[in-house]
Amino acid sequence: MELVIQLTYLVASVFFIYGLKMLGSPKTARKGNMYSALGMLMAIIVTLFDKHIINYEWIIIGLIAGSAIGSTFALRVKMTGMPQMVGLLNGLGGGASVLVALSEYYKIVPEIPVTTGTTIIISILIGSVTFTGSLIAFGKLQGIVTGKVVKYPLQHPINALLLLVVIAIGVYIVINPGNADILLSVVGVALVLGVLLVLPIGGADMPVAISLLNSYSGLAAASTGFVLQNNMLIIAGALVGAAGIILTLIMCRAMNRSLMNVVLGGWASAGAEGPAAESAGPKGDVKSVDAEELAMILDSVSSVIIVPGYGMAVAQAQHAVRELANTLEKKGVKVRYAIHPVAGRMPGHMNVLLAEAQVPYDELIALEDINDDFPNTDVVIVIGANDVVNPAARNDKSSPIYGMPILNADYAKTVVINKRSLNVGYAGIDNELFFYPNTLMYFGDAKDAMSKLNSELKEL
Amino acid sequence: MDGQSFLMLVYIFVLAIFVGFELITKVPPTLHTPLMSGSNAISGITIVGALLSAGLEEFTISTILGLVAVIFAMINVVGGYLVTDRMLKMFKKK
Repeated sequence: MELVIQLTYLVASVFFIYGLKMLGSPKTARKGNMYSALGMLMAIIVTLFDKHIINYEWIIIGLIAGSAIGSTFALRVKMTGMPQMVGLLNGLGGGASVLVALSEYYKIVPEIPVTTGTTIIISILIGSVTFTGSLIAFGKLQGIVTGKVVKYPLQHPINALLLLVVIAIGVYIVINPGNADILLSVVGVALVLGVLLVLPIGGADMPVAISLLNSYSGLAAASTGFVLQNNMLIIAGALVGAAGIILTLIMCRAMNRSLMNVVLGGWASAGAEGPAAESAGPKGDVKSVDAEELAMILDSVSSVIIVPGYGMAVAQAQHAVRELANTLEKKGVKVRYAIHPVAGRMPGHMNVLLAEAQVPYDELIALEDINDDFPNTDVVIVIGANDVVNPAARNDKSSPIYGMPILNADYAKTVVINKRSLNVGYAGIDNELFFYPNTLMYFGDAKDAMSKLNSELKEL
Repeated sequence: MDGQSFLMLVYIFVLAIFVGFELITKVPPTLHTPLMSGSNAISGITIVGALLSAGLEEFTISTILGLVAVIFAMINVVGGYLVTDRMLKMFKKK
């Protein structure tokens, strides 16, 4: 039986790898996810035949309770709430790793070899930080915990000290494994460390934090694999760890930040001075249009690029935007969407929000693939986005977003910006694009404004 | 576990990281959110360890920890795969 179990674990690992490979294209992605789920199912079933499992009552209770809660979450969550959902799931994965490591300790204490003891400590450290860190991230995204950058005195020395404490007690336990209370103190300190590491990170940086915690949850699973000497757990955990790191780096690049800068919570100090100093007065006149005028302009164009921002999702305007796009397409206009990597609240979030509104994925174009097309585009419609089209990122060395890759919306023949007011964006800085000669401001709530524009356009 | 078998585990870990990097860099930005939730579900593989703890012969503190771990990991697995499927279902070509 042992051989069958190990071989099934190998097959499951292959299914995970193959499933991730199929996620490389929207055509095969759904099937890939199912392969991955199938691998998981095989792993769970075959584990139930392990000779160490004698009693099934607790297992059945746990499996049923977990499945019920998990499926309720998954079916109820709104697409705008996806970052919180992923944050919460990250945390639970980390929590499970801590519990398994602790359970393993109690199972084999007091005879614990040095290697096993070390892996248990590492597993507890990564798992605990992932658990509380993710809960804080969840709280920030949900609005339970403040989304502001929280600063407290001696922030970095305290965190470094806590990490040293964990390592010191960890080493002690590896040498003298008998005392369970001391091990629990490691758990406690590591849990506090998770809170303190994520608390300083501001709301705007949550896409990075969530990605990083995703990576941690993978590493936590891998560390459990080390504790149990299980290759499948190590492979699966390593895959997730790699995925999280890649997404983290993509997000950092898109925000023009270094990972250290995000983790240490430096954004606020740069952004906070901005609005007070710069928004003293308007830099010129803005031209504004109403729905009727705008419809007339759009009636005679051949290409439109829509730049959606999170403001569009907040206003629940996705469907109105898609209906406008449909009307334009019926008139023979080529419509595409330019998606900035940080347009949503997590990597790829905007694509999901638009897919939900039945926008076909082949119209969603990533920044690097569409940026050269702006000069040949008649009209760009910017909806609920601001910083991602701010030319200051290109021209103004003093701007906090200088160097951040932006969508070159200003190169288009006409730029239409839909906003409720001239207020600053997430980064808290003015946008000179509003005052450009080729820019038209179309004020109003995104949802109302788009449906009004759509009905005007239909009448023409 | 002796040093030799520990080293084998490290081998596997390092190689799997490289496989992960190769696979994930090929995922288009459109699919980054489902990628995250889907890979998140994979990290629920800790369920295997949780089951081994929850099914012990005698009822001890290890069993209780195992039970809670089974619940946590199962929420992660079921929630992760279902929500990923829900998202991927929406991605349609024109």
